[in-house]
Amino acid sequence: MKYGLLTFIALCLMMSKISFAQDADSLLLNSLVDEPTTYSSATFKSTRVINGQSVQNMKANQLDFRIEHRFGPLSGGAYQLWGLDQSNVFFGLDYGITDRIEVGVGRSTYEKTYNGFTKIIILQQSKGKKNMPVTMSAYIGTDIFTLQWPDPTQTNYFSSRVTYIYQLLVARKFNESFSFQISPTVIHENMVQYAIQSNDHFSVGLGGRYKLSKRVSFNAEYFYQIHTNLPGITYNPNSLSVGFDIETGGHVFQLMFTNSQNMFERGFINETTGTWQNKNISFGFNISRVFSFTKK
Amino acid sequence: MKSKILMSIIVIIFSIVKLQAQDKYITRTGHVRFYSDTPMEKIDANNNEAGSILNIVTGDINVVLLNKSFKFDRALMEEHFNENYMESSKYPKSSFKGKISDLKSIDFKKNGKYTVKIEGTLSVHGKDKQVTSDATFEVDGTKISASTKFTVTPEDFNIAIPSLVKDKIAKMLEVTADMKYEPTKK
Repeated sequence: MKYGLLTFIALCLMMSKISFAQDADSLLLNSLVDEPTTYSSATFKSTRVINGQSVQNMKANQLDFRIEHRFGPLSGGAYQLWGLDQSNVFFGLDYGITDRIEVGVGRSTYEKTYNGFTKIIILQQSKGKKNMPVTMSAYIGTDIFTLQWPDPTQTNYFSSRVTYIYQLLVARKFNESFSFQISPTVIHENMVQYAIQSNDHFSVGLGGRYKLSKRVSFNAEYFYQIHTNLPGITYNPNSLSVGFDIETGGHVFQLMFTNSQNMFERGFINETTGTWQNKNISFGFNISRVFSFTKK
Repeated sequence: MKSKILMSIIVIIFSIVKLQAQDKYITRTGHVRFYSDTPMEKIDANNNEAGSILNIVTGDINVVLLNKSFKFDRALMEEHFNENYMESSKYPKSSFKGKISDLKSIDFKKNGKYTVKIEGTLSVHGKDKQVTSDATFEVDGTKISASTKFTVTPEDFNIAIPSLVKDKIAKMLEVTADMKYEPTKK
C-alpha cells in the first residue's frame, strides 16, 4: 500500500516536472525576445502637422524634398476660379543628420523669405522598462525676408529682415489612430509694425491627426496667438487648418483647407489675414518626397 | 525501507532534471531574413534577435522573433513595413513551431553535417501556414548550427500589397533562417 502510494507520488512528480518543463519552455522562448522598452514610431505621417512642424523627424541620412502650395481664397469667387488663379509657393529640404537631429532650409514666395531651422527630438515616447508619455522636440528657426525695402532712401538695416522662432513640440501617440500635439511658440521679430508692440509674439499650436486607414489620416491644426490688447493695434486672425494626409510609398501628400496663405511660422501664425467666417479659405497641398542616402 | 524509497524517488527526480537540461539547446541571436527581388526594388530584411529552442530528444524546434527587430537598409522602408504591411503594433511577434521529421538521421553525439526535413507551423500577421523545408544541421561538439531556406507569399499571411506598389514586391519571398544553438546551462 505504502509503496503504491509512494510510487504514485513519484509518478505525479515526474509528470508535473515534464508539464512544468513545457510551460517553462514557452516562458523561456518568450523571454528570449521580450523587449524591455518599446518606442513609439510614426506619431504623424509627415514632418508637418499641416502648416506647423510635427514631432516627426527625418531619420539619419534621409532627405525630404518638400513643395508646398497655397491657392488664393475661395471668397475670390468664380472670376478668380475660387482662388486657383493665385498661388503661394514654398519649397524646402529637410535632412536628418541623426535619428534625433534634423536640419532644414526653405524659400517662400511670401515676402521672398528664406528660412532655416533645426529640430531636435529631446524625449521619445516609450512604454515598458522606460516609460515616457510624450515625444518632445525643440524647434529653433530663423527666417529672413528679402523683399526690397519700400523706401530705399531711409536707413534700412539687414537685421530688420530677421525673425527667430522657438518652439517646443510636445506630442502623444494615444493609439494607432490618434495623435495629438501642443506647440508653444515664441516668435521674435527684429522689426515689428508698431512701436508700442513687443518684438516677441507668443502663441500655442494645437494639432492632431486621426488615422482613417493605413495610409490616410485626417489632420487639424489651430494656432492661438496670445497677445495683450494694446490700443490702436489690430491683430491678425488665428490660423486654422484641416486636411488629409495620403501616404503612397515614398511620397506623403497633405491636402488642406486653411485660412493661412503663408507657409513658414511667422507667415501663418502671425500674418494670416483671412478668416474662415469670411470664406477666406484657401485650398493647399504639401508634397513630401523622401530620399534615402544610406551608406551600404 | 522508507528512506530507500525516498532516495529512489529523489534519484528519479534528479535524473529527469538532468535529462531535461541536456535535451534543450537555445539561441537568443538567431538570424532570420526575408528577401524580395524585383526590377523595381530590392527588399532585404534581417532580424538578428530571434530566439529559438531546439530539443534534440524530441526534435522540436521553436522560433520566436519580434517583427520590429527586422532591420532594413532604408529607414522609411522599415517604417512602412511596421506601420502598413506587418502592422507590428497589432502583431508584435512572428513564430515557428515545428519538428525535425527524420530526427533519427542526426547523431548529435557525432560531429558532422546532416541534411534533414523540418516541418511545422509558421505564424505571421495573425495567420498560420504549414511549412516543410530542407534543413542542414551541423554538430560541432556542444554547438549545433541549423539553417534552412523556403519561400512564402505575402498573401499566405493576409499581408495586403496595394496595387500601386505591387511591382516593387516579389510574388515569392525567400525566407532564410540560421541558428547557432548552445546547450542551456542549468
